[in-house]
Amino acid sequence: MILVPCPWCGPRNSADLRYVGESRPRPDPTESSTDEWRSYLYMRDNPAGLTTETWYCRSGCRRYFVVERDSVTNQIRAARRPRLQLDLETQP
Amino acid sequence: MSRRLPSQPGEVIDRERSIEFTFDGRPHRGYAGDTIASALLAAGVTVLSRSFKYHRPRGVMTAGFLDPGATVQVDDEPNVRGAHRRIEPGMVVRSQNRWPSLGFDVFAANDLVGRFLTAGFYYKTFIRPQRLWPIYDSILTRFAAGGEVSGDAPHAYYDKRYVHPDVVVAGGGLAGMTAALAAGEAGASVLLVEEEYELGGMSRYDPAGLERLSSLRKAIADRPEIEVMTNSVVTARYDDNWVAILQRGLPDVHERLVKARAKSLVVAPGLIERPFVFDGNDLPGVMLSTGVRRLINLWAVRPGMRAVVMTANDSGDAAIRDLERAGVEIGHVVDARQGGMLVRAGGRKSGVRWVEVDGGRRIRCDLVVTAVGWTAPTALLNMAGDRPVYDPRAARFFPSRLPDGVFATGWIAGDGSDDELADHAAAVGHEAARVAIQIGRSWQAARPWAAPVDPAAGLEGREPPVLDRHSHPELYRSSTHGVIDFSEDVTSKDILAAAAEGYDSIELVKRFTTATMGPNQGKLETVNAVAMLAEARAQTIADVGTTVWRPPYAPITLGALGGRTWEPVRVSPMHSWHVARGAVPLVAGQWIRPEHYGNPLREVATVRSGVGIIDVTPLGKLDLRGPDVPRLLNLVYVNKWSNLPVGGVRYGVMCAEDGVILDDGVTGRLGQDHYLMTTTSSGAATVWEWIENWLQTEHPDWQVHVTPVTTGFASMNVAGPRSRDLLQRLVSDIDLSPESFPYMAVRQGSIAGVDCFMWRIGFTGELSFELHVPAGFGLHVWEALFESGADLGVGPFGVEAQRIMRLEKGHFIVGQDTDGLMQGYSAGLEWMIKLDKPDFAGKPELVWQSTTDSNRLVAIQPIDHLVVPPEASQIMDGPHAVGRVTSSRFSPTLGRSICLGVVPPHLSIPGTIITIRLPNRTDAQARIMEHHAHFDPEGSRLRV
Repeated sequence: MILVPCPWCGPRNSADLRYVGESRPRPDPTESSTDEWRSYLYMRDNPAGLTTETWYCRSGCRRYFVVERDSVTNQIRAARRPRLQLDLETQP
Repeated sequence: MSRRLPSQPGEVIDRERSIEFTFDGRPHRGYAGDTIASALLAAGVTVLSRSFKYHRPRGVMTAGFLDPGATVQVDDEPNVRGAHRRIEPGMVVRSQNRWPSLGFDVFAANDLVGRFLTAGFYYKTFIRPQRLWPIYDSILTRFAAGGEVSGDAPHAYYDKRYVHPDVVVAGGGLAGMTAALAAGEAGASVLLVEEEYELGGMSRYDPAGLERLSSLRKAIADRPEIEVMTNSVVTARYDDNWVAILQRGLPDVHERLVKARAKSLVVAPGLIERPFVFDGNDLPGVMLSTGVRRLINLWAVRPGMRAVVMTANDSGDAAIRDLERAGVEIGHVVDARQGGMLVRAGGRKSGVRWVEVDGGRRIRCDLVVTAVGWTAPTALLNMAGDRPVYDPRAARFFPSRLPDGVFATGWIAGDGSDDELADHAAAVGHEAARVAIQIGRSWQAARPWAAPVDPAAGLEGREPPVLDRHSHPELYRSSTHGVIDFSEDVTSKDILAAAAEGYDSIELVKRFTTATMGPNQGKLETVNAVAMLAEARAQTIADVGTTVWRPPYAPITLGALGGRTWEPVRVSPMHSWHVARGAVPLVAGQWIRPEHYGNPLREVATVRSGVGIIDVTPLGKLDLRGPDVPRLLNLVYVNKWSNLPVGGVRYGVMCAEDGVILDDGVTGRLGQDHYLMTTTSSGAATVWEWIENWLQTEHPDWQVHVTPVTTGFASMNVAGPRSRDLLQRLVSDIDLSPESFPYMAVRQGSIAGVDCFMWRIGFTGELSFELHVPAGFGLHVWEALFESGADLGVGPFGVEAQRIMRLEKGHFIVGQDTDGLMQGYSAGLEWMIKLDKPDFAGKPELVWQSTTDSNRLVAIQPIDHLVVPPEASQIMDGPHAVGRVTSSRFSPTLGRSICLGVVPPHLSIPGTIITIRLPNRTDAQARIMEHHAHFDPEGSRLRV
């Protein structure tokens, strides 16, 4: 079981968290075609290498965060807050 | 005849404590500290079991955990390792794989037909005709190995424990002890795990090493930061040094699974002595050099009277010295380093009688000892990603490239004198501690509020010295054929046969012959099997490579894996009342709820005609506050929420992004910016996470605060035409009249002196009020309701009565009537789904579904009103199963059976007659109904 570094709780067993999946922006539901929407729902890049994914600290701080993980070595490079939260902070 | 020797310097038995036990019904006596095998051998019992396939007699061979000849049944426990398990007073030990007795075993006839029972015999013989397989199966089962599991065996307690040591050291021999000590001295917390009952490993049976051993033991005992677990095995290593340890022999705990998150792992398992392959190598009395050394030095047992020893290394030479000291006559020494060779052994059922050595000379003996080399137990290194490499000069595998945080020391890493190995182990232990401390500091430093710090500051690295590799002859098989896998009865000929049939990879040979697939999982057998395949294919051992060791390294009981769990059991504050009223419990996820109080049909009648109360505390409840709650509700529900007034309540359905129904429930607006959402009982956690996901990742700018309050409130639904009459007696500050408190409204006030809010909703289809009171007052309010409503005939009802009534009303249950594929429109939600909302979860899929024909959830009534098709009965269209009954009950209100079910579009038109296949393969006709509600489709009973 890998250790996932929650930015708030510190390293935690992955079973203490929920793996949400590859982080991908949600397409605009009014603009996107059925194909685009289904690609968002079901298609994953699943790379052998660095992947950006969302985790949920369900047994700790109850926060969603984003990690960069190497899917081959399970090494986790960075853990940060979700994209839109960071965007919100950088807005003037 | 007793084989017990006078006191030995390193013996582990306590001669003051005599212990009685029985073996196959006969009483025996041993000393505390004896294993079953050592006690039996001391008493002159040489045959302990019969082998798996050929039922050949087997005796002690390794005198350790892996001994394949010493697997026995102990009381109710099958497949006990008899050369590891210590005797206890009154223990009832039985031999396995024999019928009717160990001495006379009818299945030993297998041995005579052995040449027909070659590898693949069962696969090839019993495959045709397939229809006879059940008969084959029932007969072959009697030949299968193993002990007996009793259905009456008492439940033992199994435990789990979580630990977070800096360093785990796997193996408590000299190297492991030295490494643990060095790590402890460097400031790390250490968990030292040893498979046997005491620390020391092979040094315990070296009389010259006992002094060093006792000073090491003392140094470890003096270090509180080192925790020692004996009779325990590191059985697996996973990512980031997540280490599974099996701890045995604890008082009142059968086994404990210890889950350790180590920062460093030091692997120091030593070496496993490898058997030699020759004709007769499985006869009782054929032992390994380490086996006889253990018997003599640990348990003071003389392994035989006259020995022939084949030695190729120091261990064999030491065994000769031990045997001489024990008074065993050395009949002959075969020195393989000088080209000597042991050819074959022969004897009788009770054991070996002679051996033949090169030159054809026969020597009389009752003990054959071999010391032909070692297997490196690299399992934990394999699990860490290492691929060990074979070194032909040293005739064994060595680690190649260890990942960060994993270290190896002791003989698995190389050879040397005790001092050289100790130097290596100390350096490795120090390095393991340094890495662990640095990791710990970096975790501390990663905390948002931590002061900047250099995790490596003040930590000196220490490069371990390079260990030598002593040369050792490659000795795997003599000129004759013998057993390779003693647990599975696989011979070297079987490997040759498999190779001849074209099995060219060791992974395939293993699976075809089952060599290495027995209880020892290759620890004694793998390298011999690899060597045999290499011989058959004229390759080197390095070319063939080895199989990959996977977890678990040591056998682990299902009890230890299941063991103790930390899943909470939840009950409502009214639980004691339910228990006192004889409620039949229903386990619903984490909750225990009353299924009924004896007669669910009468409970339905009580609600339909008078008033009943159900405990609905498990309903998920989320307190939502903030100006953006309506936006959130609009996003997660398929219907509209912007216009819900204060004091209003609405039912909503949630869909996931794929349009599949996720959850449903009622949400009420308690104040301007204050809402209470209820979810299904099983969906409470899911919905909370779902909502947090939207708020945190998609709309972090929205101002909504979510608090789960499921267990903060006791919830009860007061239902039935007399429910208002009942509440009026306990509520003074809420006007309950239909004009001021209409259907789908929420009011706050007090009941029986307790703050509460209540809403008028109708899962049962009757006039009903759902009360939510602070959990601590739940029982008080509950009892007050029953007390003041006695004259109204108020009664409790359980989940079963509620399920009948909701089915009468046609309300679906998420997860019962919907499944992981059912999208919103299939459940008949046209009236609710608002596609004109700019966005909500699952909208694009629902837009798509609105344009297609799809399966429908419909109400169904069997023509024969007494037939209740079991839930999950198939709905047929000709020969094809096209749908299923999702809910079915007999309705006491309507006096007939009623169902909900899923059917394809062409069968969903009201009035269609469909065919339901019942489990007894007969068919029942049924009619598709116009409304989901079988009873009161207009809902007139709700709105009074």
